[in-house]
Amino acid sequence: MPEITLSIDGVSVTVSEGALVIDAARSAGIDIPHYCYHPALGNPGVCRLCMVEVEGLPKLQVSCRLKAKEGMVVRTNSSAARRAQSSSLEFHLVNHPLDCPVCDQAGECLLQDTYQRCGLYSSTVREDKRHKPKRVKIGERIVFDSERCILCTRCVRFLDEVTKTRELGVFGRGDREEVELCPGRRVDNPYSGNIVDICPVGALTDADFRFQVRVWYLAGTASVCPGCARGCSIFVHSNVQRPWHAGGRRVVRLKPRFNPEVNGYWICDEGRYGCKSIDSPSRLKAPSLLKDGKVGAISWEDATKLVSAELAELCRAKGPQGLAVILSGTLSNEDLFAAKRLFIERLKAGHVLLRPGPDQLGEEDGLLRRKEKVPNLRGAQALGFGTAIRESSWEKILAGLTSGEIWGLYVVDRDPLAVWGAEAGEALLGLPFTLHQAANANRFTRAARWVLPSTSYAEEDATFTNFQGRTQRARKAVAPLGEARPDWRIFGGLLAALGAEFPYGSARSVFEALAGERSDLVGLDFELAPDGEPR
Amino acid sequence: MIAEPDGIAKVRIVKAPEMGFLERIYLVEVLKGLLVTSRHFFINLWRHMKKALGRETEPGAVTIQYPEDPAVVARRSRTHHRLLRREDGAPRCAACMLCETICPAKCIRIVAEESPDVMIEKRAKSFEIDLGRCVFCGFCVEACPVDAIRMDTGRVEMAAFWRTDMARDITQLLGERPRQ
Repeated sequence: MPEITLSIDGVSVTVSEGALVIDAARSAGIDIPHYCYHPALGNPGVCRLCMVEVEGLPKLQVSCRLKAKEGMVVRTNSSAARRAQSSSLEFHLVNHPLDCPVCDQAGECLLQDTYQRCGLYSSTVREDKRHKPKRVKIGERIVFDSERCILCTRCVRFLDEVTKTRELGVFGRGDREEVELCPGRRVDNPYSGNIVDICPVGALTDADFRFQVRVWYLAGTASVCPGCARGCSIFVHSNVQRPWHAGGRRVVRLKPRFNPEVNGYWICDEGRYGCKSIDSPSRLKAPSLLKDGKVGAISWEDATKLVSAELAELCRAKGPQGLAVILSGTLSNEDLFAAKRLFIERLKAGHVLLRPGPDQLGEEDGLLRRKEKVPNLRGAQALGFGTAIRESSWEKILAGLTSGEIWGLYVVDRDPLAVWGAEAGEALLGLPFTLHQAANANRFTRAARWVLPSTSYAEEDATFTNFQGRTQRARKAVAPLGEARPDWRIFGGLLAALGAEFPYGSARSVFEALAGERSDLVGLDFELAPDGEPR
Repeated sequence: MIAEPDGIAKVRIVKAPEMGFLERIYLVEVLKGLLVTSRHFFINLWRHMKKALGRETEPGAVTIQYPEDPAVVARRSRTHHRLLRREDGAPRCAACMLCETICPAKCIRIVAEESPDVMIEKRAKSFEIDLGRCVFCGFCVEACPVDAIRMDTGRVEMAAFWRTDMARDITQLLGERPRQ
């Protein structure tokens, strides 16, 4: 597309033809205040806030509907433009309650931010504010406050254009105009959380996050959602400054991070609310050993030594054919690299299972969600799981357990009892070796002799390869809970105890070693991995 | 040090005056100091004697017999905190966390919950101040948008034997009364 050059606030900007002035300004680092415009949701031009002065045009223009032209001279900051912006803002504030202290959006509110920049600090409005319904639950997780709504229609357009579920509409006229649910509908679609993100004010709030933590206590870490094979870019919002908030949860919410290649501006609700597992009471905090019917805590050193000794002894006495390893696509590339070293190259386990079974499959749609609810299936395939390393199956392993062919079960993250049913628990009872290595306890944890706690995805640096083959970086947002260790470190410890080499001290060094085995990772920098080009 | 608008501080270096011989031998200076204290002593003695004889005089310096006599606290002093109530008796605090945020000693702990009243929106489920950490700066009072917290009880006595006893919860804070 041909390029054109225009001048915005004296800065010369080159954009492709057809670009909007508001986008051109943003590319030059000039932020024009706006509410209704959203790059993914079009530009209805209803908020009238992004007014700019254009040389040669008699009236001010809304920059979100104005296409950039060659040689255009735009002023976003002239006194006329500023006056127009602040008068528009005054209109927005006519009925907007000034309850910032109790409003959950305070701190990340576009209305607040704009007011700081171009507010008319002495309002000329003398009339009383109009009251509208407050705290309306318009969906399972969405709370709507009509008073705070400035009718930018972003939420309505999101539901019309992105999810196409059309639950909300704008009804009424004048100061009675309101966003309302369409008759008989509720905002319960699988992407509903996004309307909270795009709401520029506190009209739409998240029932799950409401009043939990003030947003200014939060720290954001760029990471990747582990909810499904798509691997959406996210921000992990964690609160460590004031631990008494949100009931002690450190990771309080996930927010989408713009990534045009993977998820655009959105994430699904499944991923968004999946973060609760990180600080759930089911988290495993210390290694333990079931002995004579009692669960006893044990140190990592002893656990590593004893587990590796048991594995070596049983492999020698009964043969490695009897060892079944159930891995998971939730493991990062680094974890899988170490797992391959341990189970395939060192122990030569007879049964290895990684493919998502019924326990890790879910719904898929054309928008974001993928059927496989694990983030790293492609990464596992790239390492040879399912191809060079033959996959066993749930049926084969269960058959092996009942016939006594299998003497040991090493399970990472998953719950075999959820697949086999609780009856299979009996087949596990007499097993010489059962180990559960996971972040959260499940039914299998109680049946397993050994329990090793691993970190959750927000507690370690890692890379995941999504279904497109993009390797993306998840970053450590909070410290590991209790004595939990990254999976690769646990495998590495066992390898070292078995006398094998595993000389890696950080996820980065594991990644670099891994790049030697996986051609798709060559030249990828661990630090820059999230922005790496798709291969 | 005078702060300049562009953020660069202008520094004026002041040299400590040199000490002379008499100052360096200390003895003279010690005697001078003694002279000052004895002057105060004798003036006070004179004033108290005059008062005892029933004569009009300027008041002499007195030692307050604390704790038998109450401590004198200026009206504007920042003293023990209290939480205020609405007209219907409910705590005024809207759990906005502004005081908790501004508190330099991080001694305020608030947990918010949804208020049954839609117009009030939210309220404090718990509100704790750890007086052992409080520096009595009064920022919480300044920050409060609903005038829910004040430091006007006139109470300065809050010693305790254990750190845990220095914490005040919402019922204790609501129970405090302003100074009469």
